[in-house]
Amino acid sequence: MATLSDQLLHRIREAHRRRTLSWWERIYLPAIAQGLWVTSVHFWRNLFLHLAHRVGLFRRIPAAVTVQYPDEQRPTAPRLRTRHRLMQREDGTPRCVGCMLCETVCPAKCIYIVPGEHPDPSVEKYARSFDLDLGKCVYCGYCVEVCPEDAIRMDTQRHDIAAFSRDGMWLDIIELLHPGSRKHTDPPKKFIQLELEDFRRLKQSG
Amino acid sequence: MAEPVKTVTLTVDGKSVTVPPGTTVLQACEQADSPVPFYCYHPGLSIAGNCRICLVEIEKAPKLQIACYTQAAEGMVVRTASDNVLQGRQDVLEFLLVNHPLDCPVCDQAGECWLQDYYMAYGLYNQKFDEQKVKKSAKAVSIGPTVMLDMERCILCSRCVRFCDEITKTGELGIFNRGDHSELGIHPGKPLDNPYAGNVVDVCPVGALTDKDFRFKCRVWYLGSTSSVCPGCSKGCNIEIHDNRERGQRPHIAQGRRIMRLKPRYNPDVNQWWMCDEGRYGYKFIDENRLTQVQLRDGSGYRAGSWDEALGLLTQTLRRLKDAQQLDRAGVVLSTHLTNEDLYVAKRVFGGFGIRSLAVQPARQGSQDDFLRRADKSPNTRGAQAMGLSFDVKAVLERAARKELSLLWVFGGDLVELAGEAQAKTIADSVDLLVFQGSNVNRTCQLAHMILPSAVYAEKDGTFTNEAGRVQRIRQAVQPLGEAKPEWRVLLDVADRTGFLWEFRDAQGVFGSLASHEAAFKGLSYDVLGDQGAMLPQKGSDPSGKGSDPNR
Repeated sequence: MATLSDQLLHRIREAHRRRTLSWWERIYLPAIAQGLWVTSVHFWRNLFLHLAHRVGLFRRIPAAVTVQYPDEQRPTAPRLRTRHRLMQREDGTPRCVGCMLCETVCPAKCIYIVPGEHPDPSVEKYARSFDLDLGKCVYCGYCVEVCPEDAIRMDTQRHDIAAFSRDGMWLDIIELLHPGSRKHTDPPKKFIQLELEDFRRLKQSG
Repeated sequence: MAEPVKTVTLTVDGKSVTVPPGTTVLQACEQADSPVPFYCYHPGLSIAGNCRICLVEIEKAPKLQIACYTQAAEGMVVRTASDNVLQGRQDVLEFLLVNHPLDCPVCDQAGECWLQDYYMAYGLYNQKFDEQKVKKSAKAVSIGPTVMLDMERCILCSRCVRFCDEITKTGELGIFNRGDHSELGIHPGKPLDNPYAGNVVDVCPVGALTDKDFRFKCRVWYLGSTSSVCPGCSKGCNIEIHDNRERGQRPHIAQGRRIMRLKPRYNPDVNQWWMCDEGRYGYKFIDENRLTQVQLRDGSGYRAGSWDEALGLLTQTLRRLKDAQQLDRAGVVLSTHLTNEDLYVAKRVFGGFGIRSLAVQPARQGSQDDFLRRADKSPNTRGAQAMGLSFDVKAVLERAARKELSLLWVFGGDLVELAGEAQAKTIADSVDLLVFQGSNVNRTCQLAHMILPSAVYAEKDGTFTNEAGRVQRIRQAVQPLGEAKPEWRVLLDVADRTGFLWEFRDAQGVFGSLASHEAAFKGLSYDVLGDQGAMLPQKGSDPSGKGSDPNR
């Protein structure tokens, strides 16, 4: 009986072996003609349809598939792992209790949490600062999966992460609680430590 | 009369074990390598038998028995892993967890919690309990200057109560109310405030008692552990240094401090399972106020120098004194905080030069009791005595003040504390080169002409000799901060530059040489010392210096 590794080796060898081309494939010319045909069909079809759309004809038949980003954005699936956000309690304080599980499980080690003592003993602990370095993040979603409080989610549908510097890829706790609140030209407030009052004020100021 | 039976032989999981009479089944099981889980049992405390998780099956006994309180008897047949036992353990665990909150994310004990461990090993049941949990009143309550209590998490094993009753005999803690409503607590107006209070956190198998000093600072799974010895007093309690080994990637934890906490390490001959709070929280100097750079006096201020420059200057000075036959114009003040290795290399190097004015600074005195704390607040007074070093530091300082010294090399201790502000200033003015070699900033740093950073005990290998003459290993837990180096390494560098050649290159080699040259340390080596240390071969063979009592 072949062992698992033998089977794997066999499959790898199979994959490496080149398929021999037939005579028809070896003369190439039919393939070139075929390619030209496909390209021209698309070209003329799109040219015709775009012109027709201009004059109000054939509106129901879509033309080229190019999305005019960023004016036009494709809807993404809700389960797509996009930029992170931190969930809030009703009063705007983070739901995160600073258990450090996401920080621990993160394979890219891009999460940095400093916990503090919460005055309410039934909460006990909260994240004074929560930083995430998107420049390191690999979007694996382990942080979301491991969170016992459902405090971090990757559902902002933001995937337009571009910055002029490494610091621009850094999400501080304010940006994580209120995605999009920071202008992309502003530097992040790295490791900023907030009191509970600060969180409440941030929520009120919107 | 017949000879009384000296041993008892019983069978544990098919293995035959012979134990002395009076041994409990739990201890016999451990000896037979079939360990039994337990919460309330602690080898250093009396037996309470109230957690019930150590159930074992004993043949001919009608029900499962608790292993911690049952004495081993001749011919007993014990089973620790039968279906009955496993079912029993699981049921006990389910009872213990009935009122336990799902607090693990915020609980400091998570990761070293015995409930978590045993649940993963023996629990994994489907919970049948669907009534309301009984909420206990105290949650995150301070019960003393160092300890926080969370009553919801408590499993009422009473270890902490027994610790306060039996070890410190202060009895601050008690269990109040009955049944489901039982609660651990303190008596009104009497906080848990004794010099050993931190130990209740260690004995607590769950997260009910947490350490305020460590609370929320670092997750326990980030910690690395190194065996060492507490340098807080001459008792030499065995400890584990817990450092944040992830600090490279996680510099935000506890402001980048390296050492997170100290824990006592079992040593039957020294501290057993305990340590005092003074030692437990006395690790702060490792990361605070450290000297990290070689500094040289430059007018009224200091400039950063390099080891090369400083050692060159020192060598030059020593050479000059030697060539001028003026080696009596050099003085050295050693410290009892230095390891045996440091002291030995100092003795050899300075002795090799022919420097006579060499004395060890007497240790700072502090509070003491008849348990662990000692008045001598330095770890190695006995080692300095055993090496026959002089403790007459006054003579050296007086000579310095009389302008009879041109080089004074001070190790560790504070000259101002030793000689007083005025005399220290006089000394600094009258010697040509005042060298201070220490780990932390103190007042001497403002007077010295040259400051050499040295490694603290957590940053070097070595040995301390405790008051009873037990030589014990300290091990390097973290790298020296900045340019700091162990004292013996610096002394060897100086010796190298002056043309001496030594047979040792590391702490172990130094100790080997120490054992062969110093009669008091004869026959010792790092292998002999092991984890628990070893006694000096002869006791009190050396005349002691002034300022300390060799009998204590």
